[in-house]
Amino acid sequence: MRIETVVQIPSVNRRKLLHALAAASAAALTARTGLARADSVLTRPIPSSGEGLPVVGLGSWITFNVGYDEVARASCADVIGNFFAAGGRLIDSSPMYGSSQAVIGASLKRLGKPAALFSADKVWTSPGSRGPAQIETSRLHWGVPRFDLLQVHNLLAWQEHLPTLNAMKAKGQLRYVGITTSEGRRHREVEDIMRTQPLDFVQVTYNVIDREVEARILPLARERGIAVIVNRPFQQGALIERVGRRPLPPWAGEIGCTSWAQLLLKFIISHPAVTCAIPATTSVAHVRENMQAAREPLPDEAMRRRMAVHVAAL
Amino acid sequence: MSEWWTYRLSSFLLFSPRTYYRLFELYNSEIWPGQVLALLVGLAMLALIRKGGPWQSRVVAAALCIAWLWVAWAYHYARYASINWAATYFAGAFALEALLLLAFGVVKKLHLRPCDGLIGTAGIGLVVFAVLVHPLIGPLVGRSWFQVEIFAIAPDPTVVATLGVLVLATGPSAWLLLPIPVLWCLVSGATAWTMHSADAALMPVVAAFALAVRKGLPS
Repeated sequence: MRIETVVQIPSVNRRKLLHALAAASAAALTARTGLARADSVLTRPIPSSGEGLPVVGLGSWITFNVGYDEVARASCADVIGNFFAAGGRLIDSSPMYGSSQAVIGASLKRLGKPAALFSADKVWTSPGSRGPAQIETSRLHWGVPRFDLLQVHNLLAWQEHLPTLNAMKAKGQLRYVGITTSEGRRHREVEDIMRTQPLDFVQVTYNVIDREVEARILPLARERGIAVIVNRPFQQGALIERVGRRPLPPWAGEIGCTSWAQLLLKFIISHPAVTCAIPATTSVAHVRENMQAAREPLPDEAMRRRMAVHVAAL
Repeated sequence: MSEWWTYRLSSFLLFSPRTYYRLFELYNSEIWPGQVLALLVGLAMLALIRKGGPWQSRVVAAALCIAWLWVAWAYHYARYASINWAATYFAGAFALEALLLLAFGVVKKLHLRPCDGLIGTAGIGLVVFAVLVHPLIGPLVGRSWFQVEIFAIAPDPTVVATLGVLVLATGPSAWLLLPIPVLWCLVSGATAWTMHSADAALMPVVAAFALAVRKGLPS
């Protein structure tokens, strides 16, 4: 498992500077790794480019869909600001998520367009001929010059969208291309696409309970050099609700966990094929807590088995 | 949509309960004191239904037509669509119901039965419930008074009042006016159920009650 570290520095300007340095001299930073220091955020390389991504990102399903509510929008900006301050980069959204894209865009503007942003969005329309117009609308909502990653949402009209996205990538209008599914749907088709199409990313549901992807998709992603984004890390909160009433196991401290959210996230990001998990939240405390999970120590294979058995028994 | 059977109702809920009910709070604050006017219209409609008269049904249908149009635009299109893309379609359905009310209730007269007897009491009871009781339900189950849903402002009480009038209506054209309100009751109930709202059963129960009463009507 290759792990890099990015040292977290509180000042926004210093962080921007650091990000620029990290991009320019990733190798120099990597040289300081081995086991990462306690004050650093773990990153994993995107296999197709080697670019490091923090292992915890930020989802936006439900949480950032707050419409025109200015109070809620300010709260979302606060969450995003704290996400960046804690060393986060990847924010994921979709045109399916109501006002989430516009809320993210307004937050980024409010935060002065953080340079660390890794913008991940989706195309979700059929027929595929509507894709370019939807992508442009999404880009305007985000207020970014181009997306870092565009994914075909839930494989909708993927046969038409993937050529569009690959053409955009070839023209430099996009950096990475991917596909998504969730909650175990259409895995056979996902595998087929992973085998036959040039993909940078695949996004799937994976958590300590929903582990179907461990059998085929995660190994295939490693084999094909495809980065993996993990959605529904907490089963949309149901998993936290299920385990949260119980005390943390006494061995949680051995892997640096002080909360169930961290324990559940560490299970996911410790899988060597996983590039980034994207929990969604409306809470500043929770985004900080989640980002704390992106730190050493991570569980080894024996500890992962122990975690799975423990949670399954709850 | 492939593998549609693998989707749960919650897969289609795009927003949190907090965001959904905050929408009513912001809407209410933006249109204040429109709620007073809406309440007065509701009370006037109630009085007119009880009193009868040659223009009774046309005025009632016109009031409902305006209420459906307002909800289509001010609630569904201008506000709810900001958090739920499906609300654009809801706005279209509400506008269509307004047109149907215009065609079959204003241009062509809708005959309303007197408010006595079992059916009459059920019909007027639904309208009273919509105008006077429905706004209290949110606060009674723990939501803020600022989030109250009022007849002619919010969809649910507007739909309940319409169902009450349609229970009172005689003749086959009333059946043409029923599908959209009944479908909305199902949509609203499903949304509330997915959000685990305490009053989730209300709208489906109202629709079932209105349909059961109408089904028992002599043609």
